Amino acid sequence: MFVHGFGCGQDMWRHVAPEFERDHRVVLFDLPGSGEADASTYDTIRHGRLEGYRDDIIALLDELDLHAVVLVGHSVSAMIAVLVQIARPDLVERLVLVTPSARYLNDVDYVGGFGEADIDELLDLMSRNHLGWQDPLAALVAGSDSSAVKDELERVFCRTRPEIAAEFAAVTFRGDNRADLPHVSAPTLVLQSREDSVAPLTAGLYVKEAVPDCAFEILETRGHCPQLSVPHETAAAIRRYLDVSVNSRTA
Amino acid sequence: MTADDDGAGSAGREPHEDCLALFEDAPCGYVLTDPTGMITAANAEFHRMVGLARGELVGRRTLASLLPVGARIYLETHLLPVLEHDDAVREVSLDLLRPDGVRVPVLLNATTTANAEGVRDLSLRAVFIETSDRHRYERDLLTATQAAEEARREAARLAQTLQRTLIPPAPPEIEHLSIAATYRPAGDGSTVGGDFYDIFQLGPASWVIALGDVSGKGVEAAAVTSFVRYTLRALAIEHPDPAETLRLLDRALHAHETAHYCTLVLAHLGRTADRWTIRLSLAGHPPALIRQPDGTVRELGIYGSPIGLLDGPEFHTVSHELGDETITLYTDGVTEARHRRLLYGERRLGDLIASLPHDPVEITEGIANAVLDYQGGDASDDIAIVTLRATR
Repeated sequence: MFVHGFGCGQDMWRHVAPEFERDHRVVLFDLPGSGEADASTYDTIRHGRLEGYRDDIIALLDELDLHAVVLVGHSVSAMIAVLVQIARPDLVERLVLVTPSARYLNDVDYVGGFGEADIDELLDLMSRNHLGWQDPLAALVAGSDSSAVKDELERVFCRTRPEIAAEFAAVTFRGDNRADLPHVSAPTLVLQSREDSVAPLTAGLYVKEAVPDCAFEILETRGHCPQLSVPHETAAAIRRYLDVSVNSRTA
Repeated sequence: MTADDDGAGSAGREPHEDCLALFEDAPCGYVLTDPTGMITAANAEFHRMVGLARGELVGRRTLASLLPVGARIYLETHLLPVLEHDDAVREVSLDLLRPDGVRVPVLLNATTTANAEGVRDLSLRAVFIETSDRHRYERDLLTATQAAEEARREAARLAQTLQRTLIPPAPPEIEHLSIAATYRPAGDGSTVGGDFYDIFQLGPASWVIALGDVSGKGVEAAAVTSFVRYTLRALAIEHPDPAETLRLLDRALHAHETAHYCTLVLAHLGRTADRWTIRLSLAGHPPALIRQPDGTVRELGIYGSPIGLLDGPEFHTVSHELGDETITLYTDGVTEARHRRLLYGERRLGDLIASLPHDPVEITEGIANAVLDYQGGDASDDIAIVTLRATR
């Protein structure tokens, strides 16, 4: 199961997920409020905490009657995946955390990479740029052909209703899951980007040190989304880890 | 002049030299990056914008490193995924961060480029246009919008404060009498409506209930409402007969410099020998509705002239001894509520009252809610309702 992070929807995995389809059952979905998720599934209060998303994923896994999955979470969803594993160890056999960060804000003796003012600036930027959200909406208001508007809406990638995006950003970047990490009981792989201004090396190393059984691999790329910048290397790293841990288990 | 001459340009240079000059000297910032975001070329204007000298950018700085931290997150989590997916972003509003800490607001357009094999990657072509002045203008607009919004909220607060002075917060506790009253403003409640009611005491077992509707809306109507309300209080003390009070009020409002008029139901309640007697007079207002415990509903009151409108007005007092029935006074916001073009109407109101429990609160709230529902929750006129019933 691949879980996308803050920003865009399940399309973020479109270069990586297919590489697992031949020998795995692959589950992709949009978190409430993101991608193509039905607007009614988002609840300001429920999703004001990562636990709300955690419970959604647990419900999804239960509904699909899946157990012992490999749960791959990117960015903030790495922490959501951690929460799922801790709450329901039976559901998750292994965790793959892609560019994780347990806390984005700097703290005493901890470098998350961000200050409060940076998060405020991000929220301001998001309110200034609706990236294709307002345009089709404006066309809708202007009473233009609704099917054309619908096509446009479907075409626009990475569109999130602005107020939901702002709430998701606040939940993501103001969260602190450092205390959860020692409770992870599944073997875990951290995939770290060589240079990542959102989840810096210090953040990835912190996760590696805090999670009991944790492998760590650096992907030679720059940026927060290695599944886009180096999809084959990302898929290969996940596959290597799955092979190794399967072998060590059978040995 | 031939096409060749045309293409060579006025300075007699080769076309590609013109293009290079356009890149270098363009009045906007041009930047090229490799797939990792490292800058591979940048023109003079871009160097000027970011406040860096030639040699400090190409091969040394990534695009992300020229952005404030918040914008870097935005680039990583939104812009690059969109570029990777759609090959272009347009009109993105960002700040560039200069080494001296100054932020330069810009608009960014960017596209991905195809490599030698024709495969697109995240090598970018980016155009930056500085928008400092426009940004300031936008901030001014935003400030003005916020100020206007604050002024609107202040006006709404004023309206609500004024409204509260015209409507008692809750009906008084009266021995042997149960009274329920409600007022629902029109729309979002930001304008002062013309409806009002008042309940006040004249003596140990003597009370007055007035419920009315001043024509028009807004502050001027509110001033007239205030005038009517306090004049009524003064007159009622001297004149126990409601019709007489209305006659004097009519004269007072005629003397008042206003074009607003008013409809009103005025009731005097007196208690003697363990029974309440209600004496009631109408001024251009719908009659009160009496509901018997068995659910039958009938009108109480004789039509009279509106206050402040006609020469030679007529008012009549009717008297009724209260048994176990309820009496409801209401403004025309109830019966003239519309669903599409259909009025709520007196008949529907009568049927509704007949169907409600025999209790002043249930009847008052039941009417208010039904009328709001009828209009789809968006009341076009304010409504006031008072219901009373004798108790032991």
